[in-house]
Amino acid sequence: MPRKRQRIFGWLDERFHISPLIEFMRHKKVPVHRHTVWYYMGGVALFLFVVQVATGILLVLYYQADEEAAFESVRFLMTKVPFGWLIRSIHSWAANLMVLFVFIHMFSTFFTRAFRKPRELTWVSGFTLLALALFFGFTGYLLPWNELSFFATKVGTDIAGAVPFIGNAIKVVLRGGEDVTGATLSRFYAIHIAIIPAIFTAILVLHLLFVQRQGMHEPEYVAKLPSDKKKMISFFPNFLMRDMLLWLMVLNVLIFLAVFFPWELGHKADAFAPAPSGIKPEWFFMFMFQTLKVLPAHILFMEGEVLGILFFGLVGVAWMLVPFWEIKHRPDKRVRPMTVIGVTAILYIVVMTIWGYLE
Amino acid sequence: MVNHGPPIITISLAVALVTLLVLPVPGLGQEEAVVASDQCVACHSDLEVLPHDYIVEDVHMKAGLGCAGCHGGDPMSDDDEVAMSPKAGYVGAPAKKDISKFCGKCHSDIEFMRRYQPRIPTDQASQYATSVHGIRLARGDENVADCTSCHTAHGILAVKDSRSSVYALNVPATCNKCHGDAKLMSGYGIRTDQYEKYAQSVHGKALLENQDVGAPACNDCHGNHGAMPPGITSVRQVCGHCHVNNMQFFTASKMGAAFDREELHGCEECHGNHDVKRTADDMVGIGDAAVCIDCHDEGDKGYETAGKISGLLTALTTVYDQAETKREEVSRIGMDDEEIGFVLQEAHQSLIQARTLVHTFDDVKVGVQTSAGTAKAQEALDLAIEQIQEHGVRRRGFGLATIFITILVIALFLKIRQLPDS
Repeated sequence: MPRKRQRIFGWLDERFHISPLIEFMRHKKVPVHRHTVWYYMGGVALFLFVVQVATGILLVLYYQADEEAAFESVRFLMTKVPFGWLIRSIHSWAANLMVLFVFIHMFSTFFTRAFRKPRELTWVSGFTLLALALFFGFTGYLLPWNELSFFATKVGTDIAGAVPFIGNAIKVVLRGGEDVTGATLSRFYAIHIAIIPAIFTAILVLHLLFVQRQGMHEPEYVAKLPSDKKKMISFFPNFLMRDMLLWLMVLNVLIFLAVFFPWELGHKADAFAPAPSGIKPEWFFMFMFQTLKVLPAHILFMEGEVLGILFFGLVGVAWMLVPFWEIKHRPDKRVRPMTVIGVTAILYIVVMTIWGYLE
Repeated sequence: MVNHGPPIITISLAVALVTLLVLPVPGLGQEEAVVASDQCVACHSDLEVLPHDYIVEDVHMKAGLGCAGCHGGDPMSDDDEVAMSPKAGYVGAPAKKDISKFCGKCHSDIEFMRRYQPRIPTDQASQYATSVHGIRLARGDENVADCTSCHTAHGILAVKDSRSSVYALNVPATCNKCHGDAKLMSGYGIRTDQYEKYAQSVHGKALLENQDVGAPACNDCHGNHGAMPPGITSVRQVCGHCHVNNMQFFTASKMGAAFDREELHGCEECHGNHDVKRTADDMVGIGDAAVCIDCHDEGDKGYETAGKISGLLTALTTVYDQAETKREEVSRIGMDDEEIGFVLQEAHQSLIQARTLVHTFDDVKVGVQTSAGTAKAQEALDLAIEQIQEHGVRRRGFGLATIFITILVIALFLKIRQLPDS
């Protein structure tokens, strides 16, 4: 380390005791095996979250959360502000990619059984982050105040309103009244840029602390290996540098998507206009939306939609609590029950999503 | 066991009776009610062929006027001698020459008409008397149209009713019933191709194909009750009723004065009458499609002006079309074309004004508008080119960013390979 940098480091280290932290990271090891690639998915999701924060802050400089000005402000940003189009497009694409990578991260954790003791709370906090990411997407979708987002929000909040007993209250709180209006827009804006980011950041810090404290999970077959057979790399700088390599690649893909497939603005929302045809939620809600659509009006004594919402609610809670009810694999059985559950879940999501888009 | 209560049949009958008294008896339909009360209908519906549903559809029947409202007599009597006695005011079917007076009995009476339609005009009969139809009828020509020729006699529908023979969309066909009849028209020396020509004209297409009831039908130029071919002096006024600016510019121009001196119609010479075509810029100028060269020869001032005006319009439309093509390209590649659209609208407005100013036959006045329009079209074109260039810049920018990121990736990759435990 050159003298000058060493002096600055020494000055900081004297005050903040950074050396032990670096030593901790240097000594932290990451196992290398055929499933190591999944370790990077969380890092990519984290990188995309950072992109979201950075581009989001830039968007806030121009965005106006007002029924009359929201659409125009986004239009102004995209057409008049230098690189405004790029920032908005990256924000939209990164949001979608972030949800995608969070899903991949979650399923890789699920299939490698990384949720098992002692990482139960890491899983729970991760699932909460996924739920918050979806809510991020839902609230952000409305902000440009265009036709599609307006009616999708109407449909989305209507679905929330169908929840038994508390549904109407949720709907009114979300909408800031009986209908989707300018009040909904300012409410969604506040939720999107202040409330969720605060909660998300707190839980994210907790999630990362858990990971750092407990280290990377080793799949069963790696854990069984004697220590001299295990291959390890240092978290810092080896693993982190590989992480950065992937981040750069994702960044390149992100810019490609933003330049070649810029996110459209569409037409300004008009509450009095008839709903345009083909209203669809964002892709990550499609499997639920499609399920609710195809359910019969009545199932036994309940409304089909209500039953669907209850089903997804229960499945969501069960999924969050997976570490506490995991069905253990019996060595005499060929079928691994949790793998079957995971594959079924993925197939269900993929099939329903494709069906939703084909309709 | 003896039953001391009222027998069940008695109770049922009592309930039925009360029900009949309390519940409304199903009423007669309007048609049945009229037949039952109006003895004219009762007898004549058997004797004569009357239009289907005329009792319920006819505008007079709907207003409760009945047959006696026009024909007089006593509709309450089933004795035809009493019902159709002159003492009861019976006038019967009017002679053709008397039909306009027959209808005018009520339709020329403002006090009477006010009860039914306060805004209805009451000059139809007097207008008819001044029309070619009315004048000829007064002279004894019974082949001409009277009120019933257009409105029908029984089963008359309101003008606003789309089924009416005089509803805007149906007027050309109604006039054509007689004016398309070669045998009938041969006695008057009137051509019978007006309908075909009109149907192909810009007006006819708007009315008959696009169902635009605001487009002119026969009566909008010729009048309806006072139908008359427009005279030399009135053609310009007739067209100018809708094309106000064109008429004013033409009338104020030297050309307008010259047309007056030569006793020429004005609009018709260039645009035709029944077969008015959609105007095009090549109608002006010295090309083959230009109407100017019908009168102006090479070397005269009009010929020179026509060429200049044509050049001015062409200059504007050329830039405008280029800008429009580029705007479409901008839209296709997903760039912002909204502002270009606004500027093009202004250019288009200037183009319309310049085309209207052609009727001044003044190349300076036309030039002022075409210059303004060309400047706007050029501005739109520049904006479009800017957007297309920006699109290229973005792609090149992506290329540069990719090169930079790739270098970083390679550097990082090499660094990772150098690390001790890799």
